[in-house]
Amino acid sequence: MATPTLEKTDEAPADAGHLVTVTFRIRRFNPEEAPDAFWEDFELRIDPKERVLDALHQIKWEQDGTLTFRRSCAHGICGSDAMRINGKNRLACKTLIKDITDIKDGVAAKPVTVEAIKGLTVLKDLVVDMDPFFQAYRDVMPFLITSGNEPTRERLQSSADRERFDDTTKCILCAACTSSCPVFWNDGQYFGPAAIVNAHRFIFDSRDEGGEQRLEILNDRDGVWRCRTTFNCTDACPRGIEVTKAIQEVKRALITRRF
Amino acid sequence: MSTEVFKVEDGTDYAAHPAPVIEPPRARTARTPKATRTNFELYGWLFMRVSGVLLVVLVLGHLLIQLVLEGGVSKVSFAFVAGRWASPFWQAWDLIMLWLAMLHGANGLRTIINDYAERDTTRFWLKMLLYTATVFTVLLGTLVIFTFDPNIR
Ligand code: HEM
Ligand code: SF4
Ligand code: FES
Repeated sequence: MATPTLEKTDEAPADAGHLVTVTFRIRRFNPEEAPDAFWEDFELRIDPKERVLDALHQIKWEQDGTLTFRRSCAHGICGSDAMRINGKNRLACKTLIKDITDIKDGVAAKPVTVEAIKGLTVLKDLVVDMDPFFQAYRDVMPFLITSGNEPTRERLQSSADRERFDDTTKCILCAACTSSCPVFWNDGQYFGPAAIVNAHRFIFDSRDEGGEQRLEILNDRDGVWRCRTTFNCTDACPRGIEVTKAIQEVKRALITRRF
Repeated sequence: MSTEVFKVEDGTDYAAHPAPVIEPPRARTARTPKATRTNFELYGWLFMRVSGVLLVVLVLGHLLIQLVLEGGVSKVSFAFVAGRWASPFWQAWDLIMLWLAMLHGANGLRTIINDYAERDTTRFWLKMLLYTATVFTVLLGTLVIFTFDPNIR
């Protein structure tokens, strides 16, 4: 364990009455050390109003500096720290410990499990290879497509037109939805919910003219028709986007376009 | 599924390390085939729903007649079948039910194969088996409905 952690001090924290004991059971994997992943328990004294991300920090800074995970903003906007917490995909920085534990007499009844999101290659501990996820995102052309000369002023839009795709503008590309989808787990060729959400954001934007192209892309073998309406994605989305509804709207657009 | 050397952003060659990095099946890459520009999947999806609605009537009606009404399953015999197939209405009912149920079931199994079979060759051969069985059953059933001879001994 060469990676340093903070130096330990012997003095007890001044007021520790609000702290509780929680065990974090973390799925560890380091391909440079062992071929297999394993569960490791860390016991923490922590304020239950802290988030899972704070617990991971505490482990990394005070117990085991080799624990590896992604985070940037720590405030639910960069999409770095989607992970499977107690079997459900969430952002570690938006999940309060008190909301996922049952605390009795200052001790959490059950350990909190933390593992990498599924369906993407685990590189180390909680870090996965996001390339296939972003490849699907790129493949739906997530940028404004227009024809003709560029206007000299802002492209105006009525508030009703803006409202049409408001929900899908909120995506932070955390992959919680795509990596909760059982179709994606088994077949990574499927575009996955996140790519469809981001196509939806442009397909239903009145200023955009590439809707036809995007619909054509999602009409393919690995597009929206593979969705089986399990609603895992909607449950997983930390931004509260109605992901399954967005997918259904793309299906409906394809069908009404044809008939 | 590829066995190619796995590289991360910083160029680390994970193949050189002791642990094999476990890649999920069929990952999407820049080389993933692009859109085929057909409406096959759209029509397949619609067909599942339309045929499902028709099958509710056809299959439940079928089960009701065969198993519940007028004496239950024990009345089903050669004579019973001969009597029903004397009418073009029941011939048409059974023919439509055969085709819809077989195509619906086959397309449903195709979906399941697409979901679960990882290797391209496994997918191919499972589907070939499925299509062969479907064509055989549909053709045999159709043949029997049209050439059924009540006076056979
Ligand atoms: C009784 C009326 C029926 C209705 C309303 C119905 C409806 C449906 C629908 C809507 C789907 C698509 C599900 C999806 O895309 O997620 C489906 C799938 C399927 N159906 Fe039916 N169906 C019926 C009868 C049958 C029969 C008689 C068979 C067998 C011959 C069958 C076999 C299948 C299979 C294998 C699937 C794929 C399973 C899956 O997608 O998970 N169904 N059915
Ligand atoms: S739709 Fe929600 S769960 Fe999916 S990537 Fe965007 S923010 Fe994450
Ligand atoms: S760290 Fe940015 S979303 Fe959680």
